[in-house]
Amino acid sequence: MIREFEMGEIEPLAVGAWILGTGGGGSPYLAQLNLKKLYKEGKRVQLIDPLALDDNDAVAVVSKMGAPLVGQERLVDPAHLARAMEVMEDYTGKKFRAVMSVEIGGGNALSPFLAGAMLDIPVVDADAMGRAYPEAQMTSFAIGDLTMYPLTLVDCRDNEAIVSKAASWKWMERISRKICTEVGSTSATCKAPRTGKEVKEWGVLHTVTKAVALGRAVLDARAAHADPVKAVLDHEGGKTLFRGKIIDVDRTTTGGFLRGSARIEGLDGDRGSTVELAFQNEWAVAFKDGDAIAMTPDLICLLDTVSGEAIGTETVRYGQRVTAIALPAPQVLCTPKGLQHVGPRAFGYDLDFKSVFAA
Amino acid sequence: MKRIGIDVGGTNTDAVLIDGEKVVSAVKFPTTADVMQGVVNAIQKVTADQPASASPVDAVMIGTTHFTNAVVERARLERVGAIRIAMPAGASLPPMIDWPEDLRDAVDPLSFMVEGGHEYDGRPLVPLDVPAVREAAMKIRDAGITSVGITALFSPLTTECEDEAAEIVRSIIPDARITLSNSLGRIGLLERENVTLLNSALQNLGSVTVAAFERALKEAGIGAPFYLTQNDGTVVLAEVAAANPVYSFASGPTNSMRGAAFLTGLTEAMVIDVGGTTSDVGCLVGGFPREANNVVEVGGVRTLFRMPDLLPMALGGGTIIDPETGKIGPRSVGYRITEKALVFGGDTLTTTDIAVAAGLVEIGDRDRVRHLDKTLVATLLKRIEAMVEDGVDRMKTSAEGVKLIAVGGGAFLIPEKLKGASEVLNVEHAGVANALGAAMAQVSGEVDQVFSGLSREEALAEAETLARRRAVEAGAREGSINVLDTEDIPIAYLPGNARRVRVKVVGDISFAA
Repeated sequence: MIREFEMGEIEPLAVGAWILGTGGGGSPYLAQLNLKKLYKEGKRVQLIDPLALDDNDAVAVVSKMGAPLVGQERLVDPAHLARAMEVMEDYTGKKFRAVMSVEIGGGNALSPFLAGAMLDIPVVDADAMGRAYPEAQMTSFAIGDLTMYPLTLVDCRDNEAIVSKAASWKWMERISRKICTEVGSTSATCKAPRTGKEVKEWGVLHTVTKAVALGRAVLDARAAHADPVKAVLDHEGGKTLFRGKIIDVDRTTTGGFLRGSARIEGLDGDRGSTVELAFQNEWAVAFKDGDAIAMTPDLICLLDTVSGEAIGTETVRYGQRVTAIALPAPQVLCTPKGLQHVGPRAFGYDLDFKSVFAA
Repeated sequence: MKRIGIDVGGTNTDAVLIDGEKVVSAVKFPTTADVMQGVVNAIQKVTADQPASASPVDAVMIGTTHFTNAVVERARLERVGAIRIAMPAGASLPPMIDWPEDLRDAVDPLSFMVEGGHEYDGRPLVPLDVPAVREAAMKIRDAGITSVGITALFSPLTTECEDEAAEIVRSIIPDARITLSNSLGRIGLLERENVTLLNSALQNLGSVTVAAFERALKEAGIGAPFYLTQNDGTVVLAEVAAANPVYSFASGPTNSMRGAAFLTGLTEAMVIDVGGTTSDVGCLVGGFPREANNVVEVGGVRTLFRMPDLLPMALGGGTIIDPETGKIGPRSVGYRITEKALVFGGDTLTTTDIAVAAGLVEIGDRDRVRHLDKTLVATLLKRIEAMVEDGVDRMKTSAEGVKLIAVGGGAFLIPEKLKGASEVLNVEHAGVANALGAAMAQVSGEVDQVFSGLSREEALAEAETLARRRAVEAGAREGSINVLDTEDIPIAYLPGNARRVRVKVVGDISFAA
């Protein structure tokens, strides 16, 4: 099944994706501006159901890679994402049938749409995380032990790099991160191409549709002066973890990532308790009065209590009134192999994964 | 030290004269069509009882909504030349891409995107394309435009490209009024550029307005230096303010909150400023309004201004009450309260009528509201109380009861006891808190920059030194400078312990001249 992705779906996609970003992934605002502009210029993107892909179809996996803060200056440009795909096509000698995002969380949810609009290639209704994660080995494709190379990387100055081979997903992360840092900590990448079969087997499916519906639920709730946080919970079958105010934010850079924690002092029913949200770019574990109450891969989202807008780990700030919620993670992340890649131990927490949603 | 504070609002022009920390006199006038004549009147009235032998006024601080109104009304804006130095980055999102169409049309920019700019670590992105800047400047000149906004990639880190481009523009358009983005904005190219171009579009209005204030002061016989108040509760010299009108956008509510701090001596408290149509609830932190967290929209344009974090509520002295349903607002009779409200002989039931009927305040003719049902009055007061409680609760940042300061012309609407408030302070001169806030304003210096290759402590210290230097440049007295806010964010993925540091310092104005 293939259909046109409508102009009116762009904003809901951005809102939903920012929530699914679980604190990371960067704000989708600039990508949204770009896509709206392309639509105004007459470009359109087709959204293709992954189940409609042929097993042999070549699917591009694109993402903007780098530090979100740098992205606020060196504004994302659809031409570079498209260029990364072209470089890959030239290298592999294979034309892409479709393009998808590596992560539905944050600005990268819109990256395949920007490339797809430029190249007139349909976008697959799927991603490889069902959320956002900081590193290359934290994808469903890595969990599936699929090939991790080649990778193409493009910056705005005509610098183009190809990582033709890497020994592991972690090596791919390390090598590509180095190149990205060298060109100014922002770049457009086309990850290892996938076949239609691989996408169907290992992709997290229908996440574009999910993000759009989620965003729409929030926007509708806001317009109706209803509770947008409740709209998110109802829509995703989520659970409220904690409601309160940010009383401290502690951030440090170690190993090239933003790590730290935000402390929330309880309000309303949670008065008297404190929750600490630990993060590595994305929220990873929530501790209530010292006990882990939610952890990756469950999606931990921090929302503005009033507007329902997602709050990122770079923008969380003292005094904000927030509601921390948990949303169910894609099944693939919760398998024993999945947990090796994205469970609490992958982030350095000596915890056995226990889902908020376990019976 | 004597200061006059003036707040030129849409409804009223308020003025106060203070001597040291003592309020000598205060006046409130309806804002007239001829705004400047109103200012002259206000100054003359507020200084009328001064003996001839009295020491002269040391400074005049003016808060005005002129510039915000121009943007909101899409009026009195001038055509600008926009030069962005960031190519080949950002090509897909040209200047003003996210402005409302009518505002973009009103400013009608002549835009250029040229190669240049820097990386986050200070390396050049590509060399500045000097011929392209020169060509842009010539086209801007040929179009008869004299206001130019220049925005370069990562200019808050290094101003090199913007400075060089400004020099080129000035060599071609000698009378150009140039706004450089690094002087106004933070990291965030689009938002910083938006502020820069708004500022460029207000250049003419800025100088015209400041010149008019100057004449008004002269006419009122005041020779003291005068300042315009800014969004963050500080002031800058009028001639500087004329070049940066955007800094004065949200000064009204800020002044009220600063005035509230001054009147009560409190530095940590909630403030509710009750006007004719709306109330603003804000939060004082260290004697200054807490800033809004993220992006702030002005007239539909996304900016990263230093703006107070305010919760507007549709509750004012002129808010209309439906006598059938008892529904309060959101409409208001606004400035026509003196003809519309029952106590003034009108036919519209307003919150002021309820307050008069309940004996909370003496305004107009109380006999005209004697007929109101006592139960209705009590019910409505309860509802107002609930509205205020909700607003305060939404803005509070701690669970404990906080002190709430009620200011503004409609402060009498705020009950003496509120859930969530340990105390409600309703003080003398609360009605002119905004003019008082203007009179008590300080100057600030701010740094927002990415530091790399330094330890966290070194980066913070370096930022504070820079901020202090900027405060002194802005007119602060060296010994009085305090750090108001400091925040640092390590930047994910960047090497060299890179961190973005924001420091803001404030100090008293130096009157040694």
